[in-house]
This record gives sequence, structure tokens and C-alpha cells, in this order.
Amino acid sequence: MGQITLQGVQKSFGPVHIIKGADLDIADGSFVVFVGPSGCGKTTLLRLIAGLEDVTGGAILIDGKNVVDTPPAKRGLSMVFQSYALYPHMSVRGNIGFGLKMAGLAKDEINRKVEAAAATLNLTPYLERKPRELSGGQRQRVAIGRAIVREPKAFLFDEPLSNLDAALRVQMRIEVTRLQKQLGTTAIYVTHDQVEAMTMADKIVVLNGGKIEQYGSPLQLYERPANLFVAGFIGSPKMNFVTGESAAQKGAATIGVRPEHLKIERDGGGGWQGTIAVAEHLGSDTFLYVDAGPLGMLTARYIGELSLHAGDRVSLVPDPARIHRFDQSGNALRN
Amino acid sequence: MARKSTTRRVVVSTIGAWFFGFLIFFPILWMVLASFKTELEAFAIPPSFLFFHWTTENYATVQERSDYVLHAMNSIIIAGGSTLIALLIAIPAAWSMAFSPTKRTKDILLWMLSTKMMPPVGVLVPIYLIYKSFGLLDSRIGLVFILCLGNLPIVIWMLFTYFKEIPRDILEAARMDGATIGRELVYVLTPMAIPGLASTLLLNLILAWNEAFWTLNLSTSNAAPLTTFIASYSSPEGLFWAKLSAASTLAIAPILVLGWFSQKQLVRGLTFGAVK
Ligand SMILES: Nc1ncnc2c1ncn2[C@@H]1O[C@H](COP(=O)(O)OP(=O)(O)OP(=O)(O)O)[C@@H](O)[C@H]1O
Ligand SMILES: [Mg+2]
Repeated sequence: MGQITLQGVQKSFGPVHIIKGADLDIADGSFVVFVGPSGCGKTTLLRLIAGLEDVTGGAILIDGKNVVDTPPAKRGLSMVFQSYALYPHMSVRGNIGFGLKMAGLAKDEINRKVEAAAATLNLTPYLERKPRELSGGQRQRVAIGRAIVREPKAFLFDEPLSNLDAALRVQMRIEVTRLQKQLGTTAIYVTHDQVEAMTMADKIVVLNGGKIEQYGSPLQLYERPANLFVAGFIGSPKMNFVTGESAAQKGAATIGVRPEHLKIERDGGGGWQGTIAVAEHLGSDTFLYVDAGPLGMLTARYIGELSLHAGDRVSLVPDPARIHRFDQSGNALRN
Repeated sequence: MARKSTTRRVVVSTIGAWFFGFLIFFPILWMVLASFKTELEAFAIPPSFLFFHWTTENYATVQERSDYVLHAMNSIIIAGGSTLIALLIAIPAAWSMAFSPTKRTKDILLWMLSTKMMPPVGVLVPIYLIYKSFGLLDSRIGLVFILCLGNLPIVIWMLFTYFKEIPRDILEAARMDGATIGRELVYVLTPMAIPGLASTLLLNLILAWNEAFWTLNLSTSNAAPLTTFIASYSSPEGLFWAKLSAASTLAIAPILVLGWFSQKQLVRGLTFGAVK
């Protein structure tokens, strides 16, 4: 079991208020991702759950029990650190088995479990090596092995893949997701990479400035962002925001349209007129950065190849069903 | 071209290093040589460098006149004891300051170091009187105690710098792995800190071994370590350079051997962990 509930969790470092009251319900077995810009408090929130920081206010419940006064060692969670934080003086075997040793398991049982975990993570040939004799990806897998072998109530990951190169990151992303589904253990995963967030999460928590902006499934966030921040943060390239008359016509202070929901037509069609400033041809997609005069720069995405180039005039027609409307204070307006 | 000039630089700096090394080592070498001369040759002018009448007579005399073994034993007990006690106190102190610093941690560290800035002679009289009334004069315990206190600031500083270098993440990982504070200390922190602990231990041993102010002032015979033993050959009976040299050579021999075998740790220790 690993159901985690946050109730009005607050954290200050001295006079600085970092987490300003977080409420969250994480279902047993789900994969929850914290995303947000740098410095928004993702790591802090994760460390509060881990018990590595003390809360300033509020309650953290694990399986219904308030753990704010429980030391990290007793919370039954395991954590994968961004820096891996392997014990440099222990072999891979010692690293993975350390938690079991602390739990007082018998030696042969530890060995059996460590070897099983190592086999899952393709680490068997490296069991007797020291961390410094491993590559970054292997170290990362040791860190993950150390987390899974203890069969914790939940895994906490703090940007575990950010030190890996792009290809390895994709591979590990899939491995972590597969592993989590297979074990059925609750996972909380911090990242600022929104592709990781969208692909791995059952549910995403979008944090900004120490506040939870929205909590929902990836598609909910994509299709029904709760406010301007979430709308701009989720989705790549970023959603286009238009204010002024076009927005007023829709009864909103701001309207937002995703680049993939702008139909690109040659000059003369309806919609928003502009000149292409930059055209990016990726083969699979074409991205147009269009200078639309008073509306500012707009981004449009076309699936496939579109032979338009910088300097061409185009008109962009928003898909009426896909227009997001926001009020003066940035909250989404629902129809 | 580039290669040639770097080779030349290596040669020049090697020669330079040897030169300065020799310069620094020379007094010690001279002392060792003098210990094998007769008293007459020892202060003959011009001095003879290698071609003199080699003799071990000084060592025999020194051995006869005073109990080298007793003083050596005292040195070992005083240096070793004060170092061990200092470490026992300093490890938890440095550990807590390195891993749960507060706003005042810096001040505390500076305050500790500031005690080293006062010349010890400033407190000689009060300490002497205290020792006298507690019957600690010329006792091993008394010397262990004072040397331990004297070196404690340095020991704490050194350990603090070493502990600071240990990534916090790793200790937190241990905590997440279910280790209590005690087990974290035993299984994670200590093994990682062993190089630092070893250099601190060595450096402190050497400092305590060579300490001559308190040992000279607070001991006379029973508890006198090798420093007092050397001093007893200097003033009272005029200048006996050869015998003084023999006594000094005997006194520094153990620590020299220790230092020789632990050069690597020592260099690390003396650079306060600045060199990785
Ligand atoms: N120990 C601390 N003392 C004081 N301020 C802190 C401390 N730890 C974090 N902060 C502050 O809290 C804020 C949130 O930090 P946090 O590490 O949680 O950000 P983050 O969302 O994980 O960012 P990133 O994506 O860059 O890792 C930052 O402004 C940071 O400066
Ligand atoms: Mg972070």
C-alpha cells in the first residue's frame, strides 16, 4: 500500500515561504509527476514527503497515518537522487543491499533479492564493481535498484534522468515506467521536462511559485488547462496567447490556441494574417514562427512537410473548438 | 618546440624542488651527522661534512645518562592519548557542525580557532597554578589533557573541512535506506571519512609529539616526553652539541619513520583537504 495525502503542507526557509499550502491526494499505485519551472519548489515538496525536510505546517499522510514527525528512515519510502548518491565505498551489491541490511534481513536473503533486482536492471555483470567504475546510466540503474529492492510504499524520484544523454534518457524513461507498472508501487517523480511528465505520468502536478496550479491527467492538462500558467507550461511548442479584440470577441481577456490547432492557409484566407519569420522543417513536422503584427509572434505547427518559407505571407485560422478562454486574472473560463 | 620547453620546465622545477627540499632538510641532516661526531668535531670550524671520525659514542652516553625508553614511552602515551581523546571529542563536534549547521556555526568555528591565536605563555601561570593545586604537574594525565585541549581546535577544523566535502545526498540516501543516525555514522560516514580521519590523526600525533612549550613547563622527570629529554641536553651543562644532536635524533626518529610511511595521508592533511 502506498497512498499519500498532503493536507495544507507548508514550508518556509527562514522568512522565505517556499511551499504555500499544498493539498494533494495520490492514489495507491499511481505514477504522479511534479513539474514546474526551476525553483518552484518541486524538490522541496518531494523532500518534505521523504522526511528530509520538516514541514512548517500541514499534514502528510501515508496510508492514512500522519508522518510529519516520523523520521525518513521510518516512512517506508525510497528515493532516487539526481546525483545518484551511491555509497562510493560499497560495491554495487553493497549499494543495492544496504537498505535490506539496515532492515536486518539475513545475508542470503539479501543476496537473493539484490541479485533479482540486479537481473531486472541488467546489472548482474557489475555487482562487484564500485560506483566509480560504472557509466552514468549504470549508476542510475544502481540507484533505481537500491530503491526497488526494499519494496517501499512509494518511490520518490528527483529528476533522476537529467544527467543522462538524450537517447539514454528516453530508454530509461520507458524502463522506469515499465518497472513501476510491473511493481505496482506508487511513484512520485520530479522533472522539469514536460515530455517526461506527459509520457510517464498517470497524473501531473503543475507547480509554480510554491503553489499547485493544477492536478490532473496529462490529457486533462493538455485539453483543459485551469489557467494561463498551465496552458503555457504544458505543450510544446507553447500555446499562443492573444489578447485584445480577438479575445474580446470570444468574451475573454485572453484566448489561447495551441500551435497544432492553427490551420495554416496561404495569404488571403480568413483568420490571423502574418509573415513567416522563421520556418523549421523537421520532415515529420513543420514549425512556423509568424509575425502577426499587433497580435505578436504566433507559432503554428503542421504535421508533415509544408513548403512555406521565411517571408511568405500566411493566414492562421484557429480551430474554434480548440480555443481556450481565460479571464482577467488568468483563470480558464468554461463554457 | 612546445614539447621541448615543457621538458625544460620540468627539469628546472625538479632541480628547484630538490634544491629547496635539501635546503629545508639540511639542518636535520646536519643534526644527524653531528650526532656521530665527537664533541670537538661537532663545533670545529671549518666544519667537516662527511670526513670526520664517525662514532656512536654519543648515543651510548645519552642512553647511559638518561632513560630514553621512559621518555619515548611518555611521548607515545602523551601524543597518542591526547590525539585519541581529541578525536573522540572532535568527531561528533565536527560532524554536527558540518551536517546540521546553524547561523552560529561559523562563529563557533572562528571562536575555536581564536583560542589558538593567543600565545600559550599568556596562560602559563594560571595553568601552572591550577596544575599544581590539582597535583597534575609532571603527570602524564596532565600533559595528555593540556595537549588535547591545545590541539582540539585544529582537529575540529580539519575534520569539519573533510566532513563538509562528503556529499549530503549520500547521507540522506542512507537515511532513506532506513539507517538510524548511529548506523549512518558507522556504515556510511566513517568509511567515507577515513582518509580525512587518518590525516588528522597523523598530523595531530606529530603536533603533539613535537609540542615543547607545555611539556617543558609542566613536566620534569616522571612524565617528561622526548622534548624534555632533548632539552635536558642543552643548557644546564654547557654546550654538548654532539650529545644534543644524538638525543634529538633519537627523539625524532619514531615520528620521522611514521611520517615517512604516511607521506600521502600527511600531504592531504597538511593541505586541509584542498587537494583531491
Ligand atoms: N535549504 C534551503 N534554504 C533556503 N532556501 C531553499 C533551501 N532549499 C531550497 N530553497 C529555495 O526554495 C525554492 C525551491 O527550491 P527547489 O529546490 O524545491 O526548486 P525546484 O523546483 O526543485 O527547482 P529545480 O527545477 O531547479 O530543481 C528555491 O527558490 C530555493 O532557493
Ligand atoms: Mg529540484
